[in-house]
Amino acid sequence: MEQIISFSPQETKIQVQNLNLYYSKKQVLKNISMNIPERRVTAIIGPSGCGKSSFVRVLNRMNDLIPEARVEGRVLIDGENIYDPDVDVVALRKKVGMVFQKPNPFPKSIFENIAYGLRIGRHLKEEEIEFIVEKSLRQAALWEEVKDRLNQNAMSLSGGQQQRLCIARALAVEPEIILFDEPCSAIDPIATARIEELIHELKKDYTVLIVTHNMQQAARVSDFTAFLWLGELIEFDRTEKIFTNPVNKLTEDYITGRFG
Amino acid sequence: MHSVKKKGFGSNLKESFFKNLFKISGLLTILTLLGIFALLLYSAVPAFKEIDLKEFFTSTRWDPTSPEEPEYGLLSMLVSSLLVTAGALFIAFPVGVAVAAYLSDVARPKTREIFKPVIELLAAVPSVVVGFIGITLIGPLIARVFKMSHGLTALNGSILLAIMALPTIISISEDALRAVPQSYTEASLAVGANHWQTLIRVKIPAARSGIIAAFMLGMGRAIGETMTVLMATGNARSFPHGFLQSVRTLTANIAIELGEVPYFTTHYYALFALGLVLFLLTFIINLTADLIMEKQKRKLL
Repeated sequence: MEQIISFSPQETKIQVQNLNLYYSKKQVLKNISMNIPERRVTAIIGPSGCGKSSFVRVLNRMNDLIPEARVEGRVLIDGENIYDPDVDVVALRKKVGMVFQKPNPFPKSIFENIAYGLRIGRHLKEEEIEFIVEKSLRQAALWEEVKDRLNQNAMSLSGGQQQRLCIARALAVEPEIILFDEPCSAIDPIATARIEELIHELKKDYTVLIVTHNMQQAARVSDFTAFLWLGELIEFDRTEKIFTNPVNKLTEDYITGRFG
Repeated sequence: MHSVKKKGFGSNLKESFFKNLFKISGLLTILTLLGIFALLLYSAVPAFKEIDLKEFFTSTRWDPTSPEEPEYGLLSMLVSSLLVTAGALFIAFPVGVAVAAYLSDVARPKTREIFKPVIELLAAVPSVVVGFIGITLIGPLIARVFKMSHGLTALNGSILLAIMALPTIISISEDALRAVPQSYTEASLAVGANHWQTLIRVKIPAARSGIIAAFMLGMGRAIGETMTVLMATGNARSFPHGFLQSVRTLTANIAIELGEVPYFTTHYYALFALGLVLFLLTFIINLTADLIMEKQKRKLL
């Protein structure tokens, strides 16, 4: 019944196999299996509470913060199960960056926000840090707006700028995968357009996952779309296929706005 | 049809009665504070008919009962107060912040539920009991470690005051750390920081004002404490030159002398002047702490 697209091993970055997620006794994700392709944008859509955010938080083990969360199944990134006991969570989170729903810059200067990830663990020279900060801000299309005020507090930026700063912060530690958890839900339409443009650019170098409850956004930015419903993966296919000719009745009802 | 108009004037009267009752209670607190200040001022001012202001603030000799040449200098006692307080904070502040960080970030919720009330209970130990511990336990220990005849020194007072200031410092620092938004923690972990780095580089700086306020309130607690230092520090009148010396703080001096001083003499008024200095000191410290905490609250909203 469910339509799940498949990729060759070379194309695949993340393999999710029989994934179950529980918060205490409540099951949030039910037996999800899917392969996520490298250097593509994959959108996760579905009604509120369907487990979209929980799903991407499985991929960088952010759910570890919730004591009662329990994961079953396997999640392989480049063939390594990230839930193996010998996994270095710090290294995993450097490899799998994340941009959150609400822009969450640190109450530090713009420069220090980006430099933060570079100063922990690694010993870089100040020139190298400056170089990477500029590069990351350029990648996030924020450099021109902030280059003259890098020492100002990041809290003085607008919401859209803050979110691009958070993207730059994620890019600075050179991840391979970037998870966007509803990155535009707290910012205005013009800022949203800029971030969508940015996501489009990013897929040249990164594997991108974006959670969104905005179906137009999924249609605009993604190559592939997964539809989640009550913790189950209902359909996963090319975005244009999902939006023009979905196989599953539930998917069709959701994208045509009959529920959600 | 039900009328929505108020029925009778009884309910109106009751409401305004309670409103005013609470208002008066609030005003009474402020009035009490102003009253204390006025009383101190009223009783302190006559002292300066006979005492030179310069002598009062810069002389290190406090000897009001000297038959030949009485002198009223508060400097030795002020420095003693500050010395004992500084020593107490030197011990209590790092320990307090560490415990607060442990409770807010490391401890499991169950552990925290046990620790917090126990720490708050520490604040309820009467100061005379703490002083007793100083005389019987910590004092002799200091005497033995430093090979002295007795241990009633500034160090003894500092250690005891540290114990007394700890609950305040822990409780307020922990509140400040817990008020740091979860989103900061997530952002830090998401770029590959571990919990320790997140605590040191993100959470403590974000909670900075609250932690400073905890420091100030701990200071206020320590500087105003009387019974413990009176019992534990030996009360020698000389100017302090180190922690291993007996000292007499402002508070201890007032407590010792006020019971025996003839009323309405210069000595009597001078003790009130000491009280006024102490009052202003703690008032400024507490006010600063309040302002800092208010600022922190607004910043995090």
